[in-house]
Amino acid sequence: MNLTLRIWRQKGPEDKGRMVTYPVDDVSPDMSFLEMLDVLNERLILAGEDPVAFDHDCREGICGMCGLMINGDAHGPQRGTTACQLHMRQFKDGETIDIEPWRASAFPVVKDLVVNRNAFDKIIAAGGYVTAPTGSAPEAHSTPVAKANADAAFEAAACIGCGACVAACPNGSGMLFTAAKLTQLSLLPQGQPERYTRVIGMVDAHDEAGFGGCTNAGECTPACPKGIPLNTIGRLNRDYLAATAKGAGNTPGS
Amino acid sequence: MELFTEGDPIADTKAPAGPIEKRWDTRRFEAKLVNPANRRKMTVIVVGTGLAGGSAAATLAEQGYHVKSYCYQDSPRRAHSIAAQGGINAAKNYRNDGDSVHRLFYDTVKGGDFRSRESNVHRLAEVSVNIIDQCVAQGVPFAREYGGLLDTRSFGGAQVQRTFYARGQTGQQLLLGAYQALERQIGLGNVEMNARHEMLELVIVDGKARGIVVRDLVTGEISTEMADAVVLASGGYGNVFYLSTNAKGCNVTATWRAHRKGAYFANPCYTQIHPTCIPVSGDHQSKLTLMSESLRNDGRVWVPKTKGDDRSPKDIGEDERDYYLERIYPSFGNLVPRDIASRAAKNVCDEGRGVGPTKLGVYLDFADAIDRLGRKAIEAKYGNLFEMYERITGEDPYEVPMRIYPAVHYTMGGLWVDYDLQSSIPGLFVIGEANFSDHGANRLGASALMQGLADGYFVLPTTIANYLASGPLEKVDASHPAAVEARTDVEDRIQRLLAINGDRTVDSFHRELGQIMWEHCGMERSEAGLRKAIDEIRALRESFWERVKVSGTGEELNQSLEKAGRVADFFELAELMCIDALHREESCGGHFRAEHQTPDGEAQRDDDRFAYVAAWEFTASGEPSVLHKEDLKFEYVHPTQRSYK
Repeated sequence: MNLTLRIWRQKGPEDKGRMVTYPVDDVSPDMSFLEMLDVLNERLILAGEDPVAFDHDCREGICGMCGLMINGDAHGPQRGTTACQLHMRQFKDGETIDIEPWRASAFPVVKDLVVNRNAFDKIIAAGGYVTAPTGSAPEAHSTPVAKANADAAFEAAACIGCGACVAACPNGSGMLFTAAKLTQLSLLPQGQPERYTRVIGMVDAHDEAGFGGCTNAGECTPACPKGIPLNTIGRLNRDYLAATAKGAGNTPGS
Repeated sequence: MELFTEGDPIADTKAPAGPIEKRWDTRRFEAKLVNPANRRKMTVIVVGTGLAGGSAAATLAEQGYHVKSYCYQDSPRRAHSIAAQGGINAAKNYRNDGDSVHRLFYDTVKGGDFRSRESNVHRLAEVSVNIIDQCVAQGVPFAREYGGLLDTRSFGGAQVQRTFYARGQTGQQLLLGAYQALERQIGLGNVEMNARHEMLELVIVDGKARGIVVRDLVTGEISTEMADAVVLASGGYGNVFYLSTNAKGCNVTATWRAHRKGAYFANPCYTQIHPTCIPVSGDHQSKLTLMSESLRNDGRVWVPKTKGDDRSPKDIGEDERDYYLERIYPSFGNLVPRDIASRAAKNVCDEGRGVGPTKLGVYLDFADAIDRLGRKAIEAKYGNLFEMYERITGEDPYEVPMRIYPAVHYTMGGLWVDYDLQSSIPGLFVIGEANFSDHGANRLGASALMQGLADGYFVLPTTIANYLASGPLEKVDASHPAAVEARTDVEDRIQRLLAINGDRTVDSFHRELGQIMWEHCGMERSEAGLRKAIDEIRALRESFWERVKVSGTGEELNQSLEKAGRVADFFELAELMCIDALHREESCGGHFRAEHQTPDGEAQRDDDRFAYVAAWEFTASGEPSVLHKEDLKFEYVHPTQRSYK
């Protein structure tokens, strides 16, 4: 296959950035999208040009490090697939492909296609956990969990923290990411004691990090490589409302 | 010149004597403690945020130490433990199927082909039950039965169902549990997190590990970080083969730099080739993808009985198929340990019975399981794996059998540590895959997650206190001459790599190194092959330092420079791996020497000569390494010819 790539190049956070066109030939349909970029970079290096910086690591769709806007779609055209798992057989010979970084005010561009997603870590640090210091755990079977709840918690926990939901959202909102963790922990008995302080802490951290609010545009779930359901945001809103009413769960007996 | 010389034997002096089931208790009691007020004054550096490093950093911070944590990824949540699919072993015996701490201990020592330390393995089995409790308390969504209790499944090398799992994403869920505990400590100000930072040198002051030199991968800034102790949790070195199931960034630099500073490297030739990976599709291939071993619970492995049978699998009748694992190993069948399954696949492909376009593949067929259990049940168990397979290959495994082939997956070798997980450098601790300790010559499936979390949550936080309690150490800062020297070395090396400006890319060298290693130091090794490999590696390394082209500068995000430093270290490691493989004139676990096999092609150990850990000491560049032997004593599990027939 022969393709024309138009790639966002930006030297650093201060640089304005621009799209640059690169033809690539001899692309095999069995290549992954990132392998196709590897081929381009090998060529650029030998030509003495700066290779395109992009984040990636596991290349099997689980670490969440890769993230590219491909023809305007987060992670490209194939549903439920990260950029690293996208294969070139999804494209046509002769096609022009636009490749851009995630665009969101909470994810500043570091270089080319690399962005800073540290804001996600801050949301987790603000409550996305169960306080269970090592050594304090009771016997695992002392608290059974209904299978339906365990399965739904797992479904929400499958989030890989890639940021596609934010990139796809017209408001640059991180609500699907935040709601996924809240849903996982609120469905499990272990998550109950901190349920309401957690939702307040995480939502506040989300807003402070510069993410936009959720207006139910619904662009996030289709872009999510793990298909985190939109109804997790409904759960978040219910818990947030309840927490506000209860004074963040600090009232005994609430 | 000789390839190596032999030095004094070494021994683990930390494991207490006495009955094996009392040793960890005894050690915990005898280990000195640090009082909570003093912990606040002590800093511990932890490099790596996978299961071992993440859990260790969180736990040390919970205990009150000041922790500085480093990872090369943009977030600690992305360490490669996240990709582990199948599960985590624990001797809970929830199935009432005869499991026990002793059986997990026994299976692990046997599975490791009698090349691991009994004391360490027993402790691992003991602690395994606490890990499950800990993870459940954190909200890890393990698979559950309808009654609400935890589900388990069986895994290679075991006849009991002791593997806990979270669909095909167990590593992800366990890592997120540790990551969340870590983020909690970051939020509380107890851990200083440094993502996108890479350790490039170890700082030793008065014989003790006191710091590291790191590069900020965004700005290129080099800084020296000092501490009271250093913990390396930087993972394995499978990427020396270029193609492996490891993440692209996985590298040996942290442990190799420590090795060059005096930490012994143990059993580098013990590498695990995983039997169920998606075969290579072409020269562009950048990594290999694992299909979880759990698939062997329901999938049946086969090849055509006749050579060169090019028919589509559905046209090959039952009587024309060779379910070779079931045929050769009737009692374990498709669930034989990884080393055995991998070699069997290689053998049938070498006979010309491989399948797929490259003929380097065997079928993993779910047709029987789908008939027996229904498609829905298979989807529930393996849905995400089947989807992943289809995305990569373009084939639907519900309709056509999967094609699989072995690939490099895990490295049992690593820095030598004693029972306290302390390396041969005082104050340098090594945990998880980065150390050599528990898996001997072959790791059982679902045991890596167990070991990483055992080390990080339970073992290291206890044993490191014993070291820190011997303090207080003299205060030193980055202006200490040893720290300045380490930093200058790092800066010089970066300048040297940037100055070559040759005509070959880093990846082209890495790929060529990988081919040499796969050919001669992979699934089967021989004296002639290893000698050839050593010559080829040396020549290629020389060429690398003359011809590599690294673009850009050191003062920016420069992925080509990052790779160059890592590959330079892989060259040195590769040579040591081949020397280790050459000196070990026996076959054991993942190390199979063509000259040492039983008449029916199984690994032939030589316990009289090789029942030891080979711990290698670095002397100087270009000088032969020194071999120190740690004799292994088996008091509880007596070495036998491993049989899974």
